[in-house]
Amino acid sequence: MGDDEEVKVFGMWASPYSRRVELALKLKGIPYEYIEEDLSNKSALLIQHNPVHQKIPVLVHNGKSIPESLVILEYIDETWRNNPILLSQDPYDRAMARFWAKFIDEKILSTTRKVSFTTGKEQEHAIEEVTEQLKLLENEVKGKAYFGGEGIGYVDIVANFLVFWFGNLQEALGINIFSQHKFPFIFEWIQKQLKIDMVDECRIPKDKHLTYIQTRLAAFKSASK
Amino acid sequence: MADEDVVLLDFWPSPFGMRVRIALAEKEIKYEYKEEDLRNKSDLLLKMNPIHKKIPILIHNGKPVCESLVQVQYIDEIWPHKSPLLPTDPYQRAIARFWGDFVDKKIYGLESGKVWTTKGEEQEAAKKEFIECLKLLEGELGNKAYFGGENLGYVDVVLVPFYSWFYAYEKCGNFSIETECPKLIAWAKRCMEKDSVSKSLPDQDKIYDYVLHLKKVFGIE
Repeated sequence: MGDDEEVKVFGMWASPYSRRVELALKLKGIPYEYIEEDLSNKSALLIQHNPVHQKIPVLVHNGKSIPESLVILEYIDETWRNNPILLSQDPYDRAMARFWAKFIDEKILSTTRKVSFTTGKEQEHAIEEVTEQLKLLENEVKGKAYFGGEGIGYVDIVANFLVFWFGNLQEALGINIFSQHKFPFIFEWIQKQLKIDMVDECRIPKDKHLTYIQTRLAAFKSASK
Repeated sequence: MADEDVVLLDFWPSPFGMRVRIALAEKEIKYEYKEEDLRNKSDLLLKMNPIHKKIPILIHNGKPVCESLVQVQYIDEIWPHKSPLLPTDPYQRAIARFWGDFVDKKIYGLESGKVWTTKGEEQEAAKKEFIECLKLLEGELGNKAYFGGENLGYVDVVLVPFYSWFYAYEKCGNFSIETECPKLIAWAKRCMEKDSVSKSLPDQDKIYDYVLHLKKVFGIE
């Protein structure tokens, strides 16, 4: 991997999907150019690199575009084979890691969206649902230093949304799903994550994030009237 | 591979189950197929997939692997020598995974269900989106025989099961997928010439009967 490596990330500072890509690159020590996208006014370049979904994050490596954060993480791990190795070599462990990554994205993050954008009984139901889903994740990290076992890996990176993003979101929403009392093992895992410099470098600035969430919620509420 | 014990918990009309059947057939792996009654799930199903309680479940030497895209990749990695499904180049693998993810999000998304569960404007909108997604896939296929190139690959295995449901969609939606996406139908028929595919997919008429049965059960017109 020489000096002619060109790595770009099209991302958005408040997106947990975007942050996970940056975290993976930083952990592997890969320099990259970061391009901040305004999601209300997407750039022509973003649309060119991700014509199908027109979403961030997109990784562009020597002109080759790779969208979808989980696809990007596996690409990063397969292209740059230095430590940390994100996915185990063992097919069963890899299958388990992929299973949990899907669970986080298709269940936890999806239900969290419902929590953010619903009210009343619907929101209560979504809160119950995401709490149950988080309990399953809690069980998975119980007794382990990292989801991956001995060192930070693929699932730890995918679960990075729990380190900063989720706490900010629930504060902005004025709800308390996620506490040390209810999820001691995840909190222990978060403390370990915070000790990793690269994780801290991918911190989502709290005040800016709270303002951003509140603005989006207000816009959503007035649009649904 | 001595003493390989492979069990597949499945449900015959499930396109997700079909993916696993095709992958195992491509790799020439002998396995025990167990049909599940989804209204009365077996203890084994609930034990092997306590989180989602869904099929397909691949049980290899007693250890469960769940989620069809995860299962197909697992099968490819455990038995890499016969019929490799994912390419070796990281970028080509990323492209394959991207389209596999696209099929799950868009072809099996909410919209495609609406093609047979709704009527009127809602159905027309669903049909339009469904065809647009199939056309994107046609674009990706290009002039290749298969998404995998000369042979069946990951995306072929992930997508072709839905072909068994096309006749049901066409009847319910009153449209012809072949008219809109001739290249894709040609590709599907090419896949069906392979035993691994034709023996893994149920008859389109049977799927249509199943869809009619579901409509009755759910009180859908």
